[in-house]
Amino acid sequence: MPREITYREALKEALDEELAHDENVVIIGEEVAEYNGAYKVTEGLWKKWGSKRLIDAPISEAGFIGIGIGASMLGVRPVMELMFYSFAYVAFDQMMNNAAAVRYMSGGLIHCPIVVRGPANGGTNVGATHSHTPENIFANMPGLKVVSPSHPIDAKGLLKSAIRDNDPVYFMESTVLYGTKGLVPANEELEGGELLIPLGKADVKREGTDISLIAHGRAVLTCLAAAEILESQHQISAEVVDLRSIRPLDEETIMASVRKTHRAIYVEENKPFCGIGAQISSMIMEQAFDDLDAPVLRIASADAPAIYSPPLEKMQLPVPEEVVARALTLF
Amino acid sequence: MASYLKMPKLSDTMTEGVLAKWLKKEGDTVSIDEDVAEVETDKATMAMQSFDEGILHKIYVKEGESVPLGAHLALILAEGEEPPANVDQPPAVATAPAENQGVAPTKATSSTAAIPTPVSVAAVTAPVVAAAATVSTETTRIKASPLARKLAREHGIDLGQVIGTGPGGRIVKNDVDTAAAAPAGGGGSLGLLPRAQAKANQTIPLSNIRRVIAQRLLESKTTIPHFYLHIEVDTEPLMALREQVNAASVGSGGPKYTVNDFVMRGLVLAIGSVPGVNASFQGDSILQYGEVHLAVAVAIEAGLVTPVIRSAQSKSIRELSEELKALAGKAREKKLTPNEMTGGTITISNLGAYGISHFDAIINPPQAAILSVGTILKQPVVNDQGQIVPGQRMNIGLSGDHRVVDGAVGAQFLSELKRFLETPVLLIS
Repeated sequence: MPREITYREALKEALDEELAHDENVVIIGEEVAEYNGAYKVTEGLWKKWGSKRLIDAPISEAGFIGIGIGASMLGVRPVMELMFYSFAYVAFDQMMNNAAAVRYMSGGLIHCPIVVRGPANGGTNVGATHSHTPENIFANMPGLKVVSPSHPIDAKGLLKSAIRDNDPVYFMESTVLYGTKGLVPANEELEGGELLIPLGKADVKREGTDISLIAHGRAVLTCLAAAEILESQHQISAEVVDLRSIRPLDEETIMASVRKTHRAIYVEENKPFCGIGAQISSMIMEQAFDDLDAPVLRIASADAPAIYSPPLEKMQLPVPEEVVARALTLF
Repeated sequence: MASYLKMPKLSDTMTEGVLAKWLKKEGDTVSIDEDVAEVETDKATMAMQSFDEGILHKIYVKEGESVPLGAHLALILAEGEEPPANVDQPPAVATAPAENQGVAPTKATSSTAAIPTPVSVAAVTAPVVAAAATVSTETTRIKASPLARKLAREHGIDLGQVIGTGPGGRIVKNDVDTAAAAPAGGGGSLGLLPRAQAKANQTIPLSNIRRVIAQRLLESKTTIPHFYLHIEVDTEPLMALREQVNAASVGSGGPKYTVNDFVMRGLVLAIGSVPGVNASFQGDSILQYGEVHLAVAVAIEAGLVTPVIRSAQSKSIRELSEELKALAGKAREKKLTPNEMTGGTITISNLGAYGISHFDAIINPPQAAILSVGTILKQPVVNDQGQIVPGQRMNIGLSGDHRVVDGAVGAQFLSELKRFLETPVLLIS
């Protein structure tokens, strides 16, 4: 029987299993070891695996991410934790430049199998400098992979695949999702004995016929709630497509859904300008123009730094009611 | 120095003007500030002055033609000056005044600005005018989703025949599916109802007749204190009589009488009883006409004319009928003489043929009254025994000039008319 566990527990299971699976896997980050993690994602792992596998880093992202990238080039599989993904900018040269380019610049001789994970979300009243959602920024760089799971099952299955991947994978979670629960199969029930979800494979979280709500990360939950309202109050059957990984991108699943429903909205908590939605909607327009019965819409965060006032911050990010209202304009 | 006369901006809202009339012809001398043409704007017709002096060498715009602001109307040359090589073609207009003609001029302007070296003005502007012309005649693009377009292509459906139910009237997949499912050529389905094509706005130059109608009716409605009365006439006896009369008349090769013929005769007789409506306000007096010169409103293609049956009071229904037929025929052929259209003392307008049940007409000055005759309607009526029975009624209205006719006088007149029409034997005796 699948168990109901939290997103946080799902991540920890993935880390625990990968620590066991490959002795080259190490976890490095601020407070990840002795303190059990700033968000308790690594709770108990230091006690179980010791100081060689879980390493507390000083407050110096440029330094410790650089260490991780260097180590990964030599065969270590570091899983780096950023306390906030907003801090990735401190390590921007390492993450965007070195990690992304080394395989290309070495002619394929040097790989960089690093995972940099942490919460990349706003909406928690931590201010504009701690609320960044940089999926689009990193996905823009060839050589990088960007993953953003919405459900516990995806969090576990994708993190395990990310750790085994030979390229840098930037794994963006959400502090809002850490406590959410979902069904995750136990290993015994799985063929092969473990949960591995391949990168670059989107997941249809809800089948529908009239409109495709496409999203990643927490916005998938927003879409699912919107789909319920559309169904119950407006007799509109919405399909919800969860990208899961932004790069590589599962174009096939997106296009199949759009060709079925003929309408699409991309929902994200990113900023709208040059956002993921811009990329997806452009792709849909180019590849499925003749299948569209309405223009592709994008719903994103209000285009401003994360607002500190809690009531306003709540309104800055997409909510189901907004998705419903915009969806209705397409019919 | 050659200069061009251009369509001036004569009102704030003016985007184009009609060259109503040239006051000068080719070869005439013009001086500065001299009136050279009359231009009709959206508001009024105004004289247009020349800003230059010289000889009006070439006229480019014909009378009645509508052109955008800044369009070249004519070429003025100085005394003895040689005409430029392009004398037959005015330079095209591409600058600000043509903005309202579509998007093309803006593009042309920006492309001009983007090119650092001077380019031939004609090269840049010529396509602009062509584009503007296309815009003005092109019908509005049909709004349809890409999917709807694809499906329409596949089914061979003309999107112009499909009603869009999507946002903003966009044709969506569902609409094409509906149209495709409808029986071919049936047209009975909602999706295949013929859809009116949107057309570009058109400026129609005022004809003389339209100009006169506009002037006179505006004058009438703004200077005459109109009041309106209506009366219902039971037409059952009239229709019965008309049937007999027509049967006899047509049988002996005579004319077929219309309801209007009877109403005209009734009107003349009613004036005999109530002459006050056959009058005219003269400022410090009222002119009570001694004769009834009956003006009859006749719709023709160009508008409305009111030929006059003279001395109608002394004419039989047959004479009235025949005279009206002759006048209406001439009206349609535009052969009425001015004499035949003036001097009426009262007017009758009948829209019954169009199914209009009742209406109020505007008085035809200097007269004081106009009769508005509606169609005959079959309707339930209450008879003398208080029973509801099928009956037929005609509504007749009177618009009166209250300076001349009081309500009571108008009412007496209508009630007299009703009496004659409901006792129709009086009309033919």
